[in-house]
Amino acid sequence: MTTATRKVWDAARQDRNARRAAGAAFADGKLVPAANTTALLESVICPGDRLCVEGDNQKQADHLAAALAAADPAKLYDLHIVQSGVVLPEHIDLFRRGIAKKLDFSYSGPQSTAIARALRAGTIELGAIHTYLELFARYFVDLTPNVALIAAVSADREGNLYTGANTEDTPTIVEATAFKNGIVVAQVNTLVDRVPRVDIPADQVDFVIVAPRPFYVEPLFTRDPASLTELHVLMAMLAIRGIYAEYGIRRLNHGIGFSTAAIELLLPTYGEQLGLKGKIATHWALNPHPTLIPAIESGWVEQIHCFGSEVGMQDYIAARPDIFFTGRDGSLRSNRALCQVAGLYACDLFIGSTLQIDLAGNSSTVLRDRIAGFGGAPNMGSDPHGRRHPSEPWLKAGREGASEQGMAQGRKLVVQMVESFGDKMAPVFVEELDCVALADELKLDLVPIMIRGDDVTHIVTAEGIANLLLCRTAGEREQAIRGVAGYTDVGRGRDKAMVARLRERRAILYPEDLGIDVLEAQRHLLAARSIKDLVRWSEGLYQPPGKFRNW
Amino acid sequence: METIDICHSGLKPLPGRKPWALVGVVASGNLEVLLEREEGDRCYVHIETSVPGFATVWRAVVEDFVTRAAPGGLRISINDCGARPDTVSLRLLQGARLMEDAP
Repeated sequence: MTTATRKVWDAARQDRNARRAAGAAFADGKLVPAANTTALLESVICPGDRLCVEGDNQKQADHLAAALAAADPAKLYDLHIVQSGVVLPEHIDLFRRGIAKKLDFSYSGPQSTAIARALRAGTIELGAIHTYLELFARYFVDLTPNVALIAAVSADREGNLYTGANTEDTPTIVEATAFKNGIVVAQVNTLVDRVPRVDIPADQVDFVIVAPRPFYVEPLFTRDPASLTELHVLMAMLAIRGIYAEYGIRRLNHGIGFSTAAIELLLPTYGEQLGLKGKIATHWALNPHPTLIPAIESGWVEQIHCFGSEVGMQDYIAARPDIFFTGRDGSLRSNRALCQVAGLYACDLFIGSTLQIDLAGNSSTVLRDRIAGFGGAPNMGSDPHGRRHPSEPWLKAGREGASEQGMAQGRKLVVQMVESFGDKMAPVFVEELDCVALADELKLDLVPIMIRGDDVTHIVTAEGIANLLLCRTAGEREQAIRGVAGYTDVGRGRDKAMVARLRERRAILYPEDLGIDVLEAQRHLLAARSIKDLVRWSEGLYQPPGKFRNW
Repeated sequence: METIDICHSGLKPLPGRKPWALVGVVASGNLEVLLEREEGDRCYVHIETSVPGFATVWRAVVEDFVTRAAPGGLRISINDCGARPDTVSLRLLQGARLMEDAP
């Protein structure tokens, strides 16, 4: 064999080295002045690249996103964006300006309307809407980024990064990019002599930019107890009594809705009255919800692993290292990928909210004019068929769901907790999900169902609980769902005789069937009734963001 | 503003002796329910609502309430500020429970 025909095995590495050399023109070592950001990005990114502009559930590489959106579309075009959160207006600008073309993502939150519009207009070519774990998985198989633009709190001159409490997706993005010939560019809030702890080692980072402003973090998980209604309290009582106590749920994950916040605030009061302390809700895969503070302070919680952090919770978390995962520096270490795995395999229950539920129990947060994405819900809210360790709640749910005698098999409890009417009296229970028509209109190969009906075990409303595990036919499931759907058209279309039979079998449970006195469903049952109460519970350690301070 | 009057008769008398009770508050998305005891086996419900066009839903809510609570001998006045049906239902049940308690 001659050298002329020998195959090159390190073309991608050579390409990376060339890009690093091109970027070095704008840098002093790894350090790049903020004013050079756009020029740096134009030199290290190539047209057609797969690119991750770190947009997590919470923290945003906002300086890098803005600098990229300001790039020359003649130099940078056809980029394929692969990131979990499309949250900033700049993320959409990339597509509007022709810099990016294709999108694979998980969650869009505040940009859900803009995404729907861009898909209709054809400015975004959609790859797929993923769950977090799915997108992370694809980073290592067929969606590996060529360049990752990430955010951290501080860096030293070598390029070691400290992410602080909001580590979130960073280690996963960097792992995929840095070890597969990619370029990693980090924006940091400050440059320091020594980082408090090393979250990302320097040899995985190519360029560091001190951003003009600290990166943006969205306070997504703060629910003001003042907004909780007596319906939320009633639903929380139903869930605690009819599900948590019934199955003995100790390992769990909560979504971000108001009704789950009500559960958190009822543990030290209603839960205590029922003698459930230590028997339920001890181990969590959860963001640090401020509404969990009273339960933590009352000794209910043993430990919590976090996907991300929450604005204002830093000092509180740092003062409770027995509960949270913290670094040697004392602050929270979160990790979205690992916490998603924890929620999937090590929790016996997921409980969350949704915008629409159909007669088979399928749910979706996609409305005709809004594509909010999935985030982690489809993973948290699914029965992992690869689970092999038993636990009491898991086995009990498995027994209830088994129609024939066979080998014992467990089942994860997946609970949807909804008010039967949403904003502007829009019914949550519907004959057909909006996402079915939308998938048709946009010619999507897959209808964007968030949690599939066959994974849902219980639906909780203010009317009662539908236990779908105890339903044996599609007809029974439909009537169990109608039987708790309140005064929506779906609810009023129930077969009253069949609902009564399902109630006898405890496939439907109303408050009186669980010994719940509706008179007790009052706001005074909440352990905290305002944000200020939460601050008091935390002994002043919780520092709520300005928009939640009204005193 | 829409006014709806609903009357069910032949009901078992509501237990307890409390002559009247007031639950809820006049606030957006909420409602105020006044329950007064009177002679007879009827449950008379008078609704003043700020959201017109929901008479069918109101009738369904009251019908369920009558089935669940057996509220014979009650005059109920509702001042609704756009509460959702679930809230209305909870308030009615809470009101009846309050009347059952000792005065």
